[in-house]
Amino acid sequence: MSMSTATVPTGPVASVRTRPWSHSLPRALHPGAWWLWALGCAVAASRTTNPLILALLVAAVSVVVAWRRTEAPWAMAFRLYLGLAGFIVLVRVGFRILFGADGTTILIGLPRIQLPEPFAITLFGPVSAEALLSGLYGGCQLGAMVICVGAANALANPKRLLAAVPGALYEFGAVLVVALSVFPQLAESVQRVARARRLRSGQGRRHFLRQVMMPVLADSLDRSLDLAAAMDSRGYGRRGEVAAGARHLTSVLLLLAAGGMCVGAYAALDTSGATPGWLGAVALGTSAVVAGTAFRLAGWRARRTRYRPDRWRAAEAVAVVCGLVPAVVLSWLSSADPTLAYPSVSPLVWPGLTVPGLIGLLVAVLPAWATPPPPDSAGSKPSPPPADSTSPKAVPAPTDPTISQATPPSADPTSSEAASPPAGPADSRATPPCRPRPDPAATDPAPPAPEAEEA
Amino acid sequence: MIRFNQVTFTHSGADRPTLVGVDFEVPEGEFALVAGRTGVGKSTLLGAVNGHVPHFTGGRLAGRVEVAGLDTRQHQPRDLAHLVGVVGQDPLAGFVTDSVEEELAYGMEQLGVAPSVMRARVEETLDLLGIADLRGRTLRTLSGGQQQRVAIGSVLAAGARVLVLDEPTSALDPTSAEEVLAALLRLVHDLGVTCLIAEHRLERVAEYADRMVLLSGGGAVRAGSVAEIMADSPIAPPVVELGRLAGWSPPPLSIRQARRLAGPWRQRLAAADPARHPRAPDGPTADRPRPPDSDHSGLSARGLTVVYGQTVAVRQVDFDLPAGQITVLMGRNGSGKSSLLWALSGVGPVRAGRWSVDGQDLAGAPAETVRRSIRLVPQNAADLLYLDSVRAECAAADQHGQRPAGTCAELLDRLAPGVDPALNPRDLSEGQRLCLAVAVQLTSQPPVLLLDEPTRGLDYPAKAALGSVLTGLAGQGRAICVATHDAEFAAAVADRVVVMATGESILTGPATSVLTTSAIFASQVAKVMSPQPWLTVAQLADAVHRDATAQEAV
Repeated sequence: MSMSTATVPTGPVASVRTRPWSHSLPRALHPGAWWLWALGCAVAASRTTNPLILALLVAAVSVVVAWRRTEAPWAMAFRLYLGLAGFIVLVRVGFRILFGADGTTILIGLPRIQLPEPFAITLFGPVSAEALLSGLYGGCQLGAMVICVGAANALANPKRLLAAVPGALYEFGAVLVVALSVFPQLAESVQRVARARRLRSGQGRRHFLRQVMMPVLADSLDRSLDLAAAMDSRGYGRRGEVAAGARHLTSVLLLLAAGGMCVGAYAALDTSGATPGWLGAVALGTSAVVAGTAFRLAGWRARRTRYRPDRWRAAEAVAVVCGLVPAVVLSWLSSADPTLAYPSVSPLVWPGLTVPGLIGLLVAVLPAWATPPPPDSAGSKPSPPPADSTSPKAVPAPTDPTISQATPPSADPTSSEAASPPAGPADSRATPPCRPRPDPAATDPAPPAPEAEEA
Repeated sequence: MIRFNQVTFTHSGADRPTLVGVDFEVPEGEFALVAGRTGVGKSTLLGAVNGHVPHFTGGRLAGRVEVAGLDTRQHQPRDLAHLVGVVGQDPLAGFVTDSVEEELAYGMEQLGVAPSVMRARVEETLDLLGIADLRGRTLRTLSGGQQQRVAIGSVLAAGARVLVLDEPTSALDPTSAEEVLAALLRLVHDLGVTCLIAEHRLERVAEYADRMVLLSGGGAVRAGSVAEIMADSPIAPPVVELGRLAGWSPPPLSIRQARRLAGPWRQRLAAADPARHPRAPDGPTADRPRPPDSDHSGLSARGLTVVYGQTVAVRQVDFDLPAGQITVLMGRNGSGKSSLLWALSGVGPVRAGRWSVDGQDLAGAPAETVRRSIRLVPQNAADLLYLDSVRAECAAADQHGQRPAGTCAELLDRLAPGVDPALNPRDLSEGQRLCLAVAVQLTSQPPVLLLDEPTRGLDYPAKAALGSVLTGLAGQGRAICVATHDAEFAAAVADRVVVMATGESILTGPATSVLTTSAIFASQVAKVMSPQPWLTVAQLADAVHRDATAQEAV
């Protein structure tokens, strides 16, 4: 052990300095970065129905969630999104069976049921592999997109996201964020009420909805009113005085921007060729600039400051790129190789996978390592659950393997003590682990020189 | 600092005003106590201070409410955020962010305080409230007392000079409540913060208050010095009741004052035996316990263990609930009381242990079997109720308990007379809702009833009513267990006391010995009369009464 420490700079500070990954000190990633990453993955999912690609994408997203989420309530909601996605797939496949569909490879020969006149629908009928698969593929696509959104919800602190929206959109952001956070809170409420329900007899499956949903809905309504009152009493929505002229200017600019957006969107989506192609880009670009100016102006009204804001640093950019790459790769794939992105069900073809697609998907999993781990306090530290709660514990985020290098064995004062002659001054023992120092002994198998010379 | 000038407030849709002609003033730096029975409008009064009433709640407000010279008619709550801080009963409900530091900064962010100033003020506030070691913690993992201190700190950091607190300690155990009150008093004394605090458990705050605002029902409000109002207040802490019984004027407000006055009393009662006098007006006495019931032997648990993840909530606890007795379970928050009750009810998780009721083994039995013997009323009684009227709840309970129709309604009428059966359970008062939950759980006549923190949010008369209901049930041979922090309630009803700490049962014994010797769980009367083992004012009153009649007879 002392041999290896002799060739590597000792002490936590020294070893961190040698690594370029100093951003991986535990901290919360900018919530916007998680959302962009997740939306990139969702776009990727929307560009294919290939179940292999979708399964890989969901796996990648789930790995990132498992490694980078905290123990916060919104992080616990990820499993609900998984369940929702599974439900979507089942519904899509179920509908194919219920309403029948054409196909040649018949798996089960169900009888057809012709409904009477007012509904001219035929139910059931022979179940074909083609119909089942097309339902499955469609369901998988939608389910994967739901899971991507769920991942963003689990990873990004919705309340920090509120802080990231521009000042002018603050109210809108607040509404959105409160709405988003209702879902996980509902999950907690459902757990509590469902448990209380078991204390009372006469609970059949029949009454489940009413017995659980009534208290839960009343509860969440009370809670949201409480929160609104608390925010109000703490100054949420306070406004500074703004001159009438500036207000009018903001309104005019916003209207112009909205109009420009409409023109731009029309031009960009028009496929008939009646509008020139450049018009869309120009109109969209100009109105984006105008809208940005209007938001800046409107933002002056709200005099709000930010306590230790989330900064956009290298790790955030990495996460966003990791989301963009699969989106771009699959968008390209869907036009360049449609048979791969949309595997045919008629005739039945085994879905394939190509190297570029695989690489594009693997990039999506990189944030599990390339982003800093969430801070201890936010959850990875095991904290005892409240005594009256049976809420399942979320998976604690494993420590980043790269972090463990930060404390090499020689950080232990006893080993450095053993390596240095006892002649050193008394305080030299305290200094080595805390201070970076030149490493004259890098090639020398002998113990590092005592700090006495340095001091 | 706070001035109410002829304030009359009517809730929208109500035919009578909640507050009528309220007129009082709280000068700067005072600690003012708002008291009154449940539902008389304490929260409305407090809400009016920062304009929450009527800007947020609606309704008609006549008169003027001024805070530091600002009229709430012209200022919304958010415009007063730099001046008035509001702290509610459940701090978690009012938290906007999720970590301690961010929560402290939230108010300042809204006010547009410069980032550098903000950083410094957050640090100061952390130290001021003694929560610096919690700075990075997630708010929901904190204990109740810690959360409440963060809530106070968060409004203080935003610069609030007036603190409005609506029952800030009602959900806390005695020690956490002391922590919060100590922090508040420090702010009042050192920083000159003005405090307006509503509290049911007057025994906790009365001695610290400079001024008292009493809402006596019908909208009328009296304000004055605490001693002056307490002299004839219908709600008063035991120490004041004791003062009235003894004829001390003005009544003592603290244990210290009462003890100094009580010397002659202790001498006079030295010959009396506390065991011969009932602790509640209709309760049994310690020397004549209820007759043992041949049908029931009660509950007996051995080696009960509950584990959540890595945390041992209950560690090999042996626990008995004799039939016909009320056992009170005490201990700080998180000591495993709730986990123990949930485990016994057959719903909570159990790692190991056996328990039986009247000889029938219930470990591992299906929930339906356990429910026939043991019923639990959880801390949040409203979770049990889901139908849209009291009548429907009662009918459902009768049907599921296979009892004749009307059993539950009759029970409810005994517990809480005059509840309108057409009302939605959510519109009932806290006490009525609790009684409905108890009635629903008792309809099937289980031999064992467990209650988790039933006195939370109840005022003195409601607590007395609950106590007599429980005493009556114990008289029918049921085994009753109440987990509570409320030492006064325990003193009035408990036959036996079990104290838990870190998941273990550390002390079991008759109430008279446990509650009189404990430093934390002793009632006020016990502290005043120590070393004589008296527990409640009713007990003393009975002794004095008998003493007087005996002398008359002579």
